[in-house]
Amino acid sequence: MLSDITIGQFFPGKSIVHRLDPRAKILLVIAFIILLFVVRNPVSFVLIGIFLAVIYIVAKIPARAIWRGVKPILPLILFTSILNLFFVDGEPLVKWWIFKITAEGISVAVLMAVRIVCLIIGSLLLTYTTSPIALTDAIERLLKPLKVIRFPVHEMAMMMTIALRFIPTLLEETDKIMSAQKARGADLETGSIIRRAKALIPILIPLFVSAFRRAEDLALAMECRCYRGGEGRTRMKQLHFSHLDGISAVATGVVFVAAVLLDVFLPKII
Amino acid sequence: MSDLIEFQHVSFSYHQSEEDAEPIPVLHEVNLSIKKGEFVAVLGHNGSGKSTLAKHINAILQPTEGVVYVDHIDTRDDELVFDIRQHVGMVFQNPDNQIVATIVEEDVAFALENLGVPPKEIRRRVDDALKDVGMFAYREHAPHQLSGGQKQRVAIAGIIAMNPDCIVLDEPTAMLDPKGRREVLNTIERLNKEYQTTVILITHFMDEAVRADRVVVVDEGRVLMDDVPKAVFVQVERLKEIGLDVPQVTELAYELRKAGVAFAPDVLTVEEFTEEFKRIMEA
Repeated sequence: MLSDITIGQFFPGKSIVHRLDPRAKILLVIAFIILLFVVRNPVSFVLIGIFLAVIYIVAKIPARAIWRGVKPILPLILFTSILNLFFVDGEPLVKWWIFKITAEGISVAVLMAVRIVCLIIGSLLLTYTTSPIALTDAIERLLKPLKVIRFPVHEMAMMMTIALRFIPTLLEETDKIMSAQKARGADLETGSIIRRAKALIPILIPLFVSAFRRAEDLALAMECRCYRGGEGRTRMKQLHFSHLDGISAVATGVVFVAAVLLDVFLPKII
Repeated sequence: MSDLIEFQHVSFSYHQSEEDAEPIPVLHEVNLSIKKGEFVAVLGHNGSGKSTLAKHINAILQPTEGVVYVDHIDTRDDELVFDIRQHVGMVFQNPDNQIVATIVEEDVAFALENLGVPPKEIRRRVDDALKDVGMFAYREHAPHQLSGGQKQRVAIAGIIAMNPDCIVLDEPTAMLDPKGRREVLNTIERLNKEYQTTVILITHFMDEAVRADRVVVVDEGRVLMDDVPKAVFVQVERLKEIGLDVPQVTELAYELRKAGVAFAPDVLTVEEFTEEFKRIMEA
């Protein structure tokens, strides 16, 4: 039951989007986020929307995946929209007691909502098309310059890899411990929230003890395989920027510039 | 041929956490030498010191007294620890707790990446190592999709990718099902026969020890016996005294002899037993 949980949200595939260098993808997503906060014009957002739709179709990501990603942050979107709706100054359209709704408020609220939705959909694309391992790898390489200021880049990446490696193992273990405790009469499903939380303690304690034991074993095994930190380490899989990365960077760039130009030259609405 | 591993009067005690507490002695005056290409089984019950002995071979532990030489390097030399670990790879009991990476081939590459081997060379050695243990088809799998025996073979591949002279396996089959045990043992045996890799197999399974060239019996931190399997296992009573078993057929032969049948005492496998049985019946 627990082992059904998949790690991350990766949809394996062989599309162009999947084959891009993970570093290129991360950088493009960052550029995309900046773009979202630069443009304000609805026409630009229509262009961005088409752009996202095209990539999702190329990457063959099902539409329900988008919905699954957006759903959990709907309350947040609603909350920010309501705040914007009431607290942006301008010519009031409706006024009631201390609340007033302005035309500016409505447009800012809609703009923010659209921005956040685009932001989520755009960055989900990264996790949908890149395996967690490739992401870890790319982050390690992108952050490498931070070593100069003694930021432990390699250690962080190693921690992420080990965490990813042990998630399924520990899930399986949790399952076993739960069965063992149930076999001894532990009641995990009924009672108030506090009761159920308390019932988790006899599951968490053995899980922690075992996790520490595993950590000790793993550290020993790593030492036996000559691990001594990131110093002088090479990697089997090298990341190479290919033509594909160049082409997609140019294509994305064109769309982004078009969006910005539209924003600059079209009449301002907001 | 020169000795690859040499223990000279090695004693070892664990220090307890309280300072004035007496250290717990684990090994006493161990003398042992292992030649290149040997397949040595180390037998002993739990707490006999066999794992402690194994950890001395790749400088995880250093002797309290005496010296351990690995390929003429003193294991107390901290500067050469990584040279020693490259010579002597170690495989542990729990396959889950020694796999680092999320993909099989990445894990096999781990040691080579640590050693700073160039990427192309890593690729070649990883592929070779995976083929040697018969796991090449699974190179892109995640470790948790594999069976225990397969995981243990991946762990072995991770070690042999380093091209060590010697592999120490600390009860590698203790957590596996019979099929997994067979897979792992066959792999170990093949490495020893085909590549002349020195194998030191720590175990408490008698039928595994039988397959070695030499059996070292450890009890209470001392080397009790050190001989070819046949010479060790005929000493049924002595082994039982220290809480060890002998292979089932050897025990049967022993009981038959006690009952007055002129059965050869040194039968270790079922095949040898049937041969001997036939001979007796014909006589």
